[in-house]
Amino acid sequence: MRRNAVAVVGAAETTELGVIPNMSQIQLHADAALNAIADAGLKLSDIDGFATAVESPQQVCHYLGIKPTWVDGTSVGGCSFMLHVRHAAAAIEAGLCKTVLITHAESGKSMIGKLPRSIPADSLQGQFEAPFGVYGPPSMFPIPVLRFMKTYGVTHEQLASVAVVQREWAAKNPRASMKDPITVADVLNSRMIAYPFRLLQCCLVTDGGGALILTSADRAKDFPRKPVYILGTGESVETPMVSQMETFNSSRAFKVAGPLAFKEAGIAHKDVDHLMIYDAFAHLPLYGLGDLGFMPYEETGKFIADGNTRPGGKLPLNTNGGGLSYMHSGMYGMYALQESVRQMRGIAPAQVNDAKISVCHGVGGMFAASGTIIFTNEK
Amino acid sequence: MAEAARAKPKPTPETQHFWDGTKAGELRLQRCDACANVYFPPRPFCPSCASRKVSVFKASGKGKLYSYVINHRPAAPGFTPPYAIAVVELDEGPRMMSNIVDCPQTPEALVLDMKLEVAFEKLDDKITLPNFRPAKG
Repeated sequence: MRRNAVAVVGAAETTELGVIPNMSQIQLHADAALNAIADAGLKLSDIDGFATAVESPQQVCHYLGIKPTWVDGTSVGGCSFMLHVRHAAAAIEAGLCKTVLITHAESGKSMIGKLPRSIPADSLQGQFEAPFGVYGPPSMFPIPVLRFMKTYGVTHEQLASVAVVQREWAAKNPRASMKDPITVADVLNSRMIAYPFRLLQCCLVTDGGGALILTSADRAKDFPRKPVYILGTGESVETPMVSQMETFNSSRAFKVAGPLAFKEAGIAHKDVDHLMIYDAFAHLPLYGLGDLGFMPYEETGKFIADGNTRPGGKLPLNTNGGGLSYMHSGMYGMYALQESVRQMRGIAPAQVNDAKISVCHGVGGMFAASGTIIFTNEK
Repeated sequence: MAEAARAKPKPTPETQHFWDGTKAGELRLQRCDACANVYFPPRPFCPSCASRKVSVFKASGKGKLYSYVINHRPAAPGFTPPYAIAVVELDEGPRMMSNIVDCPQTPEALVLDMKLEVAFEKLDDKITLPNFRPAKG
């Protein structure tokens, strides 16, 4: 894909984040979409391309009254929206549509109008994982981490520091769910969820949504907001069964998607000013730093524990507070993208000074899928 | 209201040989006749070379502890927390999820790379699960 050929010209989250008991999931989609439309100075009738996950495109398009000529219902978990951005950029370049709206929303906490998720007993997961007591992401996502710790010498304290550092970022963000400072001891004394992970190493469960609007870079300059260009993209999938990952020492999906995006962007790791790595659980930033090639895996835990990713550090990471402290409705990828766009626009609550390149890396399922988007504010 | 039951596998045409095996006290894997790749979960072709010529064989039932969590909450129906959800690396190569029995469900007792052997647990007349326990000797 050509670098900087497509730009984000509208971006917004739902009016409220956190606990939203007065809105169903479909209305959260609409709330985010209407906010993004207003942000871009557009009308709904200007949208001719549409993408969403979990909810079907027809559900959301009908609710909003959109008549698209291009749709994408890719639904691979929390990074689906990174894949939508990549697919939308290709579609705009190919001339299939001009202005794409991507929405995410989830009534993850209040569970109003939320579609049920179940594992059929005759699926491979139903036969070869569910009978052994897996029950939701906390019982599955951390399964690889003990092996990762043993292979690379990562400590419990280092994994606790991920939550501590992200809380420092969240403290700067009025919209973050959790803002009170925490220590490594607080993390290691919080309630055990699934050893080795405790409550403060697991993501929040909240309600919310977000939406993005993309168009060609040629048109982007006519919009009210500073355009944020798509510099590089990557995607992949591995397996829906965490037990069947090729290795627990890395994520194959991360190792495909991340380097693909860097290659397309034509940048080196030292060029990255701002980084988002989807943190459903505390080990994900370590996998991300290693799999995206920022440093050897052995250094990832120490790098975070030493403060390199905290406010003022050399590699600002998860600057909204992340899924651990900002919000996590179930499919967090949209919120990571929103923070990258805010940073590139220069309007983030914890703004990184002079940030010009932002890498936004997402995961879907339990290392099942991955999408990476690299943004820039310079064309 | 009846208490929710433990999730129980429902075999498909492609996996029936595996569940017939556990019922008979055998852990069955598949090997590609063309490239000798041993793989799991079951399917009637080789995921490495795409050959449809594959054979079912009885595995040793031996392996080692690759990784695990000790789940505290929320517990799955039919399970009493804390309980370990483990991934076992079989001597033949493939890995599979399982539970570790005859062993305290603690980090001290569950040591990565410890040797394990299969221990079958009959759920009903149709389904026997392959659990693992610390290897004897």
